[in-house]
Amino acid sequence: MSSLNEPRRKTRIVEGLGFSLLRLVTLVTVLPILGLVAYIIFMGAPSFSWQFLTAAPSNGMREGGILPAIIGTLYLTLGTALFSVPLGVAAGIYIAEYAQDNRLTRLIRIAIINLAGIPSVVYGLFGLGLFVLFLKFGTSILAASLTLSIMTLPVIISTTEEALRSVPNSFRVVSTSLGATRWQTIWKVILPQGLPGIITGIILGLERAAGETAPILFTGATFFLPELPTSVMDSTMALPYHIFVISTQIPGMPIKIQYGTVLVLLIFVLGMNLVATIIRSRARAKRQW
Amino acid sequence: MKENRMAPKKQIGDTVITSIIKVCGYSSILFVGLILVFLLKEGLPALKDVPITSLFSIRWYPIEGLFGILPLIFGTLLVTISATLIALPFGLGTAIFISEVAPRWIKEILKPIVEILAGIPSVVLGFIGILVIVPFFRKFLDLPTGLTAFTGAVLLGLIAIPTIVSVAEDALNTVPPGYRQAGLALGATRWQTIWGVTVPAAKTGILTAVMLGIGRALGETMAVMMVTGNAPVLPSGLNAIFEPVRTMTATIASEMGEVATGSQHYQVLFLIGILLFLLSLVINITASAVSTKQRKRAERILS
Repeated sequence: MSSLNEPRRKTRIVEGLGFSLLRLVTLVTVLPILGLVAYIIFMGAPSFSWQFLTAAPSNGMREGGILPAIIGTLYLTLGTALFSVPLGVAAGIYIAEYAQDNRLTRLIRIAIINLAGIPSVVYGLFGLGLFVLFLKFGTSILAASLTLSIMTLPVIISTTEEALRSVPNSFRVVSTSLGATRWQTIWKVILPQGLPGIITGIILGLERAAGETAPILFTGATFFLPELPTSVMDSTMALPYHIFVISTQIPGMPIKIQYGTVLVLLIFVLGMNLVATIIRSRARAKRQW
Repeated sequence: MKENRMAPKKQIGDTVITSIIKVCGYSSILFVGLILVFLLKEGLPALKDVPITSLFSIRWYPIEGLFGILPLIFGTLLVTISATLIALPFGLGTAIFISEVAPRWIKEILKPIVEILAGIPSVVLGFIGILVIVPFFRKFLDLPTGLTAFTGAVLLGLIAIPTIVSVAEDALNTVPPGYRQAGLALGATRWQTIWGVTVPAAKTGILTAVMLGIGRALGETMAVMMVTGNAPVLPSGLNAIFEPVRTMTATIASEMGEVATGSQHYQVLFLIGILLFLLSLVINITASAVSTKQRKRAERILS
């Protein structure tokens, strides 16, 4: 009897040990993330003040606030949205609703996959070559936004496609049978159904653009500006680049300002993340199909 | 009657919008093409102006006209491979735990946390790297400096983990429940089913996850640049991992701001960009080819 149960007991022990190991590995992966965020909040919160958020840096960045960097990141994110949202959503609609399964569509898919994989610093080189030098935009908000847009495109295209594909086919059939044209069906029926998914994708794409440094290094970011940019042809300060500057280029930088700046960017980026998550889960709860 | 008058207008509107959407659909091909064209335009002249022997030498010292890219390639390989080795057990372990072991409520907590990590900008991780991880490693490992390839690999591993977790978890989720039930029905424990049935069934998806993770680590710029010490030297021995290095991405990011447009140095930096572009191309096309093949096979088996 016991000899029969012996191997059985052994596998049970192995299973228990294995599951514990997986739990441990997951904990070791997840805890540092929470620790990191908590630590930045803890270290950065004390530097928050009205002045920190609304004043320009002074005394070689060692005093004052970070307003120009906050505004710059807002401008760049908005600029990116302006180009990448219409283009990306339209491209997503094309792939989900129009494209046939042929060689051209496969080529488009490969192109999207590659756009998603190109290193961000290579986007920076491309932006420098095309927008800054060839089209003579100079290092400007315009050049940086365009560079970030192209980097953001694949995220928006893929999530739009996914959102539209998940709308059941019966919606299309019913709408067409009521006499609607293909575009009317898409505009009035399919897009509204897929909207939460599309918005989630847009926010996640813009979140990434807002936090990127490498693509704007040589296309639009600048070390320090005494005044806010007044046109799209001006270069701008931006939070991610500012963090890089104050953590590597300026000796004797007060640690409080460093953590404060990092916290502002983190709130900006994770705030967008949170909004996307909420939109997604609410839409999922409301969905009737 | 009214309907009839409206119809042609509607049709024209439809055609116009359809063509606009089509053009947008093709735009990704255009952009990949443009990126390649402009990298080649700025970078290819380097092959003509800079002697090949100089390019493939072991010294990167642009001020004296020495453009040996081997130390940079080596730096990228060293950091990327170590990062992958660090990220793999944690990424795959977490993916398996989320998909196969964790109860539903734990899943709902874990997934957003991994997404948070994916959302943290790399410059923030680099910042924490400089202020927290670098001093810690210097003390803990008793090194002359904490700015080493190892520090970079740890941060890069952290950056690659969300990619690996989400793609691998997707792959595990697409394994039909019947596979697991069959495993359990044959008397295997859940642990045996995971390793004997579920993971092997998802292995191409997991391979895709690993490749995309490698791609993510390879292209990462800011975090690596901030913590690896920026030393473009070839390794002297096995302990190179605990010495400063310089990756290809970091070289472009840290030097492009200071070079004169069109100079040899400028061209070589673009040449490095071309190399990175081609590397990511190979990795991504392979990854997607692997997963398409798998999907087709799965469709055949299940139909």
